[in-house]
Amino acid sequence: MAILSIINWGNRVLHRFLALAGSVGLLFAALALLTTVSEQGILSSNIGDWPAPFGIVLVADLPGAIMVLMAAIVGLAVLVYSTASIDEARERFGYYPLILILLTGMCGAFLTGDLFNLYVWFEIMLIASFALLALGGSRAQLGGSVKYFALNLLVSAFFLTGIGFLYGMTGSLNMAALAQALRGAGPEQPVTTVAIFFMIAFGIKAAMFPLYFWLPASYHTPPVAVSAIFAGLLTKVGVYAMIRMFTLLFVQDTAWTHGLLLVGAALTMLSGVLGAVARREIRRILSFNIISHIGYIVLGLALYRPLALAGAWFYLIHHVIVMATLFLVSGIVQRVGGSFRLARLGGLYQRHPGLALLFLLPALALSGVPPLSGFWPKLVLLQAMLQDGLGLMAAIALLVSLLTLFSMMRIWVGAFWSQAPASVVTPAPLGGVERRMLYGPVLALLALTIAISVFSGPVFELTQRAAQQLLNPQQYIVAVLGAGP
Amino acid sequence: MEVALAIVIGALYAAGLYMMLRRSMVKLIAGLVLLGYASNLLIFVVSRLTRASPPLVPEGAHSIAEPFADPVPQALILTAIVIGFGLQAFALVLVRRAYQAVNNDDLDQVTASDRPDLQA
Repeated sequence: MAILSIINWGNRVLHRFLALAGSVGLLFAALALLTTVSEQGILSSNIGDWPAPFGIVLVADLPGAIMVLMAAIVGLAVLVYSTASIDEARERFGYYPLILILLTGMCGAFLTGDLFNLYVWFEIMLIASFALLALGGSRAQLGGSVKYFALNLLVSAFFLTGIGFLYGMTGSLNMAALAQALRGAGPEQPVTTVAIFFMIAFGIKAAMFPLYFWLPASYHTPPVAVSAIFAGLLTKVGVYAMIRMFTLLFVQDTAWTHGLLLVGAALTMLSGVLGAVARREIRRILSFNIISHIGYIVLGLALYRPLALAGAWFYLIHHVIVMATLFLVSGIVQRVGGSFRLARLGGLYQRHPGLALLFLLPALALSGVPPLSGFWPKLVLLQAMLQDGLGLMAAIALLVSLLTLFSMMRIWVGAFWSQAPASVVTPAPLGGVERRMLYGPVLALLALTIAISVFSGPVFELTQRAAQQLLNPQQYIVAVLGAGP
Repeated sequence: MEVALAIVIGALYAAGLYMMLRRSMVKLIAGLVLLGYASNLLIFVVSRLTRASPPLVPEGAHSIAEPFADPVPQALILTAIVIGFGLQAFALVLVRRAYQAVNNDDLDQVTASDRPDLQA
């Protein structure tokens, strides 16, 4: 509760310092929430004091609390970064409040225990993201926004249709009550059909194969700070919602639904990484890499066993942070190198060795080079796949890692290692404050990546507990509805 | 009545999807609007249609007599309509801005963000 009120308070005040204060507050509230949840188990709160299956509930379990913390961390880093990189016109048009609304929507979506409420949070998040994407209004930006907008409206229609069917079948929208009702559902009820509605809706949101085309068309168009928060968090909300749906609600026919997810995950990984290899522009390469790594997370869901889900959740944590870092670094590269396109960059290693290191570390972490943070969840996922006898999937996952490394090294070679092109324009050097505001958040996120790598044991233990909660919906149902009958 | 509405909903979905497949941006928006209406109507129908029986507890009684209209879907639809309205308003402004930037209503002309040769 504290979280939401803090953000809402920040919303109304059009001022960057208050926005920063709001996100710092969010960070502390999220930390407090996570420790409470991890000590006391799932928390549930009835809004407006309507008893559980009738009113709207907010539920904080371990997976949700972890995601709120991630949102808070990335939100704060992006806001700090924005103070130095967002132009005045955008600030005047309410850039900071929009970011805060976006964060509100995300936290709401992570914590809600009601399906229709989830829809409302999604829309809140969407409208803020539309505005952030379109602010500025260059030609490419508008083109990207139109596609993003059309697809997301389509998602809303699908989502709403699915909600309608579910309500018609069970007469409830509370996720816990739904879970109970659907467990008792006989084969004559079209639960799996409805599940497909949700799979499509969240699949588009999460940029899963074959529904990912909007992402590389739009993510590289807005300012880097916006791209970073989108890349770090927005698609993850889709993945989160999908994991939630397919562990809590739709587990009637796992052979079919999760099998479909498995195939989707493999194709997502492959097509994403092949797209990344084919690109020559930093932010496009990164956009395609988001897609391929969404594949890993969905893979963890598709395997549907504690080890795999724990790995997926670990991957989620790692990916949010690393992706945001990489986008922020690409912004600095553009600032000091004058371009995002590899053909026009070069020689940055000579001029900015520190920046080169800042790029190299998260890039290696992304591709899963040990002992950085991407390695551990990949190891866990591979282990889970091999236990299930899915050798082919494991091979695909390894191949994708390799290709990721290849695409990241292409940026490294193109931007940092190669000779500077002759016609290079040298932009104005960074001022002291600007430098601190740009590098500070990147350094902090990087420190976090390294911390996750070093303390991978405790993090993994946490995600394992999160996976336990996901796979035992009974806990969730009891927390929301009470011990009951 | 349900049958008639089911046909209407099907027609709305079909029309919406057809409009979305057109190249014109305005038709795209119109298609999305139709889809929104279709899903709203769908929620309305799945809650089973009842006529002239509001969900009010009669005086002196402790529960409502069947059949009564379920108020929850109507509340949901109301929310969805309001959200949809906001999104549609935004969509219209966005399309107008895109039209100004490209000077064309054709979606294929707005793909500048996808094509490397057209990028700044």
